[in-house]
Amino acid sequence: MAQYAILIFDEPAAGDYTPEQQEASERYADELVASGAMVTAFALRGADTATSLRSDLVTDGPFVDTKEVVAGFYVVEAPDLDAALDLARANPAVAWGRGGLEVRPVGGSITSAAR
Amino acid sequence: MSDVPGARTPPAGGSDADARAAVGRAHRDDWAAVLASTVRTARDLDLAEECVQEAYAAALTGWPRDGVPRNPAAWLTTVARRRALDAIRREQAFRARLPLLVEPSGADDPDDPAALLTAEPPALLDPTGTPDDVLRLVFLCCHPALAQEAQLALTLRLVCGLATPDVARTLLVSEPTMAARITRAKKKIAAARIPFRTPRGAELPERMPAVLGVVHLLFTAGHTAPSGPALVRGDVADRALALARRLHRLMPDEPEVGGLLALLLAVDARRATRVDDAGRLVRLEDQDRSRWDRDALAEADALVVAALRSGRAGRYALQAAIASLYADAPTYAETDWPQLVALYDRLLVLWPSPVVALNRAVPLAEAHGPAVALAEVDRLARDPRLDRYPYLPALRADLLRRLDRPADAATAYREALALTANDAERAFLADRLAGLGRLGATARDA
Repeated sequence: MAQYAILIFDEPAAGDYTPEQQEASERYADELVASGAMVTAFALRGADTATSLRSDLVTDGPFVDTKEVVAGFYVVEAPDLDAALDLARANPAVAWGRGGLEVRPVGGSITSAAR
Repeated sequence: MSDVPGARTPPAGGSDADARAAVGRAHRDDWAAVLASTVRTARDLDLAEECVQEAYAAALTGWPRDGVPRNPAAWLTTVARRRALDAIRREQAFRARLPLLVEPSGADDPDDPAALLTAEPPALLDPTGTPDDVLRLVFLCCHPALAQEAQLALTLRLVCGLATPDVARTLLVSEPTMAARITRAKKKIAAARIPFRTPRGAELPERMPAVLGVVHLLFTAGHTAPSGPALVRGDVADRALALARRLHRLMPDEPEVGGLLALLLAVDARRATRVDDAGRLVRLEDQDRSRWDRDALAEADALVVAALRSGRAGRYALQAAIASLYADAPTYAETDWPQLVALYDRLLVLWPSPVVALNRAVPLAEAHGPAVALAEVDRLARDPRLDRYPYLPALRADLLRRLDRPADAATAYREALALTANDAERAFLADRLAGLGRLGATARDA
């Protein structure tokens, strides 16, 4: 088994998720947890709340100025890339036409034991 | 190597040259199968390739001395797999490396390197490269998680057995660029864990276009060289044809695989007549039909019929049907133009590409006149995807010429020239442009 991070890219200009979309997302996450594939998941606040650092410069906004920004990410466990892509493809957000997903193998991880 | 399979033909009658020819044949025919089996053992593409290369080198020295083994592929596979196991044993590299994910071939994976390490030599004597393993290799090279240029490079390198400099030359890329591209692709296969397995069921139709696309792209690169002095690079087209043939053998029931092979055969059958002795482009209507490869066309026809009959004909089968229909006519003028337009209509449904729509304008001009076709071409000219497509102004120029508008035709020929990099095509367009000039002069003189 290997771990893959799935980065969710979203277009903030498209507005908030509809209640149906919200619900579909939650259902998808629940399914991942129930199947045992979900390792961890984080939703991020809007990119307009981001602060970026580059050498000694602090700027307002996300690091890369693009139409689509990282809205969250989750880590899943899968035997290979095909299986990880299948898990990602099941994410309803893929079909909403407002961004998409990036699947990246996890290279390593540290989790604080205290949490 | 007394435990290597296959009784040898005694070297008595055979010469060095025969043995070398046998190695060459085995390289052409069996490389993919030998590599695919070795991948299963080595679980690492680089190690597998190294071992297979060493096996072929061993054949070059061994076969002239000891005779050609009865089953060259099995001999090569055994040698390559044994070397892979030696390497794993020696460096214990198997544990350190990120192993390629190999789908088990049977219930209790007899290919598990851990088991093979302790196995007796006979365990290595299994049949070589099952067709499934070669398919796994093909689908690995053409995985959609790899960029198409990487898919193409890996296929040439791993399935066709081309050395990196030859891959670079085939794809018209510098050698360092190609080496970096191949290394990067292999690294991604290992790091992202792209598995060595054949897609199943519903996955197969999803994965097939990438595989077929790679073969088609390779053929196109050989059929009309994107730049340079020669229109056709026959060796590249041959390689694509061989690859299509191999895929068809591996997946005989996939209509699109048959369709692709038919398309390549039908187009390639005209190779000898597409340029004249001076290397100039000859238009389809001026080509000497008696010199077309009738065997290839017959084979293409049979494949097209089978694909259409399957009821699952896709874009390659329809393109092949179009190419076949063009080739079947006794003369250009006797081509079944309405039927061609109908086939293009079907193709457009499956593949709504502006390039297909442009090609449809050719039979349209014959069936309904150049004015109708010109209106269609002008409509297509508004599609930004065709902005830099040289065949649009070239076709437009030809239609304008036929509509007796030499000045407009000249402008269009110049546009086409500005977008064309292949020397043979440039010469053809320049010739047409000059022909207009004479026509114009004649008109003025009269």
